[in-house]
Parts: sequence; C-alpha cells; structure tokens
Amino acid sequence: MPHLSIFDIAGPIMVGPSSSHTAGACKIGQFARALFHKTPQKVTFYLHGSFGEVYKGHATDKALLGGVMKFRTSDSDIKNAFEIAKEKGIKYEFIKKNLGLKWHPNTVKIVLEDGKYKMAVIGSSIGGGMIEILQIDSFKVHIRGRAGKHLSLVVMHDKSPSVTRAVVKYINSLGGIAVDEVVGQSLKDKTLSVVSMEGRRILLSEVMELEKIKGVDYARALSKLQKQQ
Amino acid sequence: MEFEFKTAEDLLKLTKKYDHSISTIAKWYEAERSNKSEGATRTQMKMVRDVMYEAVKKGIKSNQHTEWTGSGGDAHKLFNSLKDLKNMMGNKVTVRAMAYALAVNEQNALMGKIVAFPTAGGAGVIPGVLFSCAEHFHAGKRRLIKGLFTAAAVGLIIAERASLSAAKAGCQAEIGAAVAMAAAGLTEMRSGTPQQCLDSAAIGLKSYLGLVCDPLGGLVEVPCIKRNAIGAMAAIGASDMVMAGIKSKVPFDEVVSAMNNIAKHMSSKFRETALGSLAITKTGNEIKRKLGLKVTEEI
Repeated sequence: MPHLSIFDIAGPIMVGPSSSHTAGACKIGQFARALFHKTPQKVTFYLHGSFGEVYKGHATDKALLGGVMKFRTSDSDIKNAFEIAKEKGIKYEFIKKNLGLKWHPNTVKIVLEDGKYKMAVIGSSIGGGMIEILQIDSFKVHIRGRAGKHLSLVVMHDKSPSVTRAVVKYINSLGGIAVDEVVGQSLKDKTLSVVSMEGRRILLSEVMELEKIKGVDYARALSKLQKQQ
Repeated sequence: MEFEFKTAEDLLKLTKKYDHSISTIAKWYEAERSNKSEGATRTQMKMVRDVMYEAVKKGIKSNQHTEWTGSGGDAHKLFNSLKDLKNMMGNKVTVRAMAYALAVNEQNALMGKIVAFPTAGGAGVIPGVLFSCAEHFHAGKRRLIKGLFTAAAVGLIIAERASLSAAKAGCQAEIGAAVAMAAAGLTEMRSGTPQQCLDSAAIGLKSYLGLVCDPLGGLVEVPCIKRNAIGAMAAIGASDMVMAGIKSKVPFDEVVSAMNNIAKHMSSKFRETALGSLAITKTGNEIKRKLGLKVTEEI
C-alpha cells in the first residue's frame, strides 16, 4: 500500500455534494473524453445501480457531462453543465439501466459519438473520489483514476505481437520512461493494450509518434488525468 | 520513510525525537512522501485554506435553498445572531464556529466549491472551528496552517487504522473524525503539546462513537449540515477540557480501534444507504417519494 498523502485527507477540492457521486462521476467523464480524444456530438449515459437511483440529488448527471467537457472536479461550471453543453452543441441523454450484477453500484456506461466514430466506456466510482475504468468498447481493462506509480497509455492496434513489440520498443527508446507492464485483450483482429509505464510523463508529441506506427489505430495517454487531484 | 506514522504512538515518538509539533512532522511527512519541498507542501495547504475561506464567506451570505430538502439560509441566520449575542448562550467563538460550519456544508449541498476535509459530508467542522478561533486569537495565517496540518495528521491515522467513509463505518467516521481532527488542530493553535493535541482528538472521537449515517433521501443535507455545526461545538469543548488540564483516559489509538469495532458490527442500514434511522421516518420517506425512490419501511 502506498503511503497516504496529507492531501488525501485535506482534499480533494471539489464541488459538492458527494465525493463518490459528484467528484468521481466527473472523473469518469474526463477519462471517457480523453479516450474518445475529441469533442463528441452526442453522449449517452447509462446509469447503473445507485448512480441510476440517486443521480438527481447528487448532480451525478451534471458532473458526468461536465467531465466529458473536460471540467475539473473543482470546476464551479459543473452546475451549469447542461447549459454549456447546449451552447457547444453537444446532445446528451441519461438513461437508467441495469448493466448487470457484476458491476459496482456506482457505475456508468458512457457512449460517445461524433458521426464518424463511436466509443463506449464503462467506469465505476469506488469511493472518496477514486474511480476505475473497466471497459472500453468490448475490451475489458482496469485503469485506476488516482495518482500512482504507473502512468497508463491505452493503445488500440492490429492483433499482432509485432505491433505490440513495436509499441513497447518505441516507448522504451524514449528517455526517462520504461514500460512496466502491458495488459492486452484481443477481439477478432484488434487488440486493446493498456500500457503501464514508470518514469516521467509521456509527451503528446510522443503519443502522436506512436500513432504513426503501422498497425496502430490510436494511442491515448491518461497520465495527466491520473495525476490530477 | 523517515517521517512515516500510521498510529498516534508513532506520531508522538516522532514529535519527541525531533522535538517538533505534530504539524511540522505532518509537513515533513508530506514533503518526504511526495518528494516535494517543504515550501511547496505549505503552498498546497494554503490553497486548501483559501478554498475553505471562500466557501465560508459565500455561505454566511447565502440565502439559497436546495431543491429536495429546502436546506439553506441557516448559516446566514446564525451569523446574523452574532450582532446581538445577549440572547445566545454560546459565546462569540462557538456561535461563529457553528455559523461557519453550516456555511460550508450548505455550500456543499448547493454544489459550491469545498474541500472534502476529511469528506464532503463532514467538510464544515474543521473550517468552522479553526477559522472562528483564529479570528479570536487574531492568529496569523501561519498558525492557521499549523492547525490544518495537525488536523490532517489525525485524519491520516484514522484513515490508516479505520476508515473515513460513512459507507463503511457510519457518521462516526465522517463528523466524528472531523471533530477529532478539529479538536487536535485547535489545541495545537493554542500551543498545546502533541500529547494534548491527541488527547483532544481522543475526547472528541469518543463522544461520537457509534453515530450512524442516516441521510434523508441519501442526500448530504439532513441531518449532515447541522451535525457539522454541533460537531464544531464539540471540538471546541474537547480542546477546552484538555487546555484546562484534563486528560483522556483512553489513548487515541484505542479510541480508533473502538470505532473500527463498531463499524464491523454496524448494519448496512446505517451506512449511507438511507435504509434506517432518520432516513425511514415519516419525514425521511416524504423526501424519498419526492426523489422517486422506493419507500421500504417506516418507523
């Protein structure tokens, strides 16, 4: 267990009313947005369990939508998320849905669309503002939304060990970063790899270089979100 | 880690070894853990203080009410009573502390910006106590920061050995923890010894053992907001007793173990599920119906 920070106790700085139902929800939205990598035209939120039951009173809906628009958990604009989304021309919908028994009570499935692309992200808020991203499209993942030793990178690529090797080789060639672990899941001809790294934060320019590797569809760095309070 | 502590005993040893206050050890702990300078750590705590201060300032003026329980405007009422204290039994410091505590939690319920210190539901106690008392001492900003670090150190011990989550341990782990933390912080601001700080925390937490989490409609509004105000009074009381020379019979670490023992046996109905106590009274069920929640039982 890593040592707790004094600021895990004296924090996080957030807009109320609930760390799990507001701050955590916002964070899941941020991750979904980072994975989608662009402003969606349409977002649908499927609210599971307690998220579906009490989302209104805890402003879970506003926080999720705010997160998708890249708001921080402490952003007072979360309150006006609906109005801001309308201004930006983002269509949104909230649907109460039982996603199944295996999910944590505070879980949401977010479907982001922009005409050409569509992505589904499932995340759970596990208490005190901590979250986990557990599924991207049909791929199972396990990404924790809290500062830690490992910084994650999500890479979607052709199902081929040579592509995975090329990705790892490229990251290890960068100064100050080393690949610690790659957890991949393959469906049909595609693999989604979650790459855990140690060392410094990967730069956007380096992530863009990764996307140029043959067989890589996209690469998304989540380190900034994982570090943010 | 040189400045590692997981218990009050560890913390006391460190304060003796380095002949420094709890707040200083907490600051060094954070600097070491996060590999930051002492200055950067203090700057981060200043940010915490500033956010708290803004919430207090906004809250004592606000007359906004929440959508579901209609909570709000009470901080303003209590703060106004300070103008004419002769009808109040509490003194200026305690009444102001209650007003500030209400202010923060009303802001929380209204989606204002707050510091979840230790949690969103118990966020009012620490700013309530420390800001009101700092005003009384005409304390500089440095002294207030010391109080905040000491409060966080006590919270860290509770988080390490028990829990700060009402979903796990009931309200004793939120308001109860906040009372212990605020009492210790205040005692340090009054130049109490580390032992006295921990005695204040022990007396504070002892008085909140067993408190259940039973919010109406599951919302962080009733009874949470007012419990923060009463918690602020309790923390000041605990610190006053210690500064008068009273000691805690049971050491802080043992009180935390007691809290854990209760948590283990506490029904999930009393842990943030709104399935017991106040949440299932006639009034509680009215709020549930308003929210479209299922009413299961009425007492």
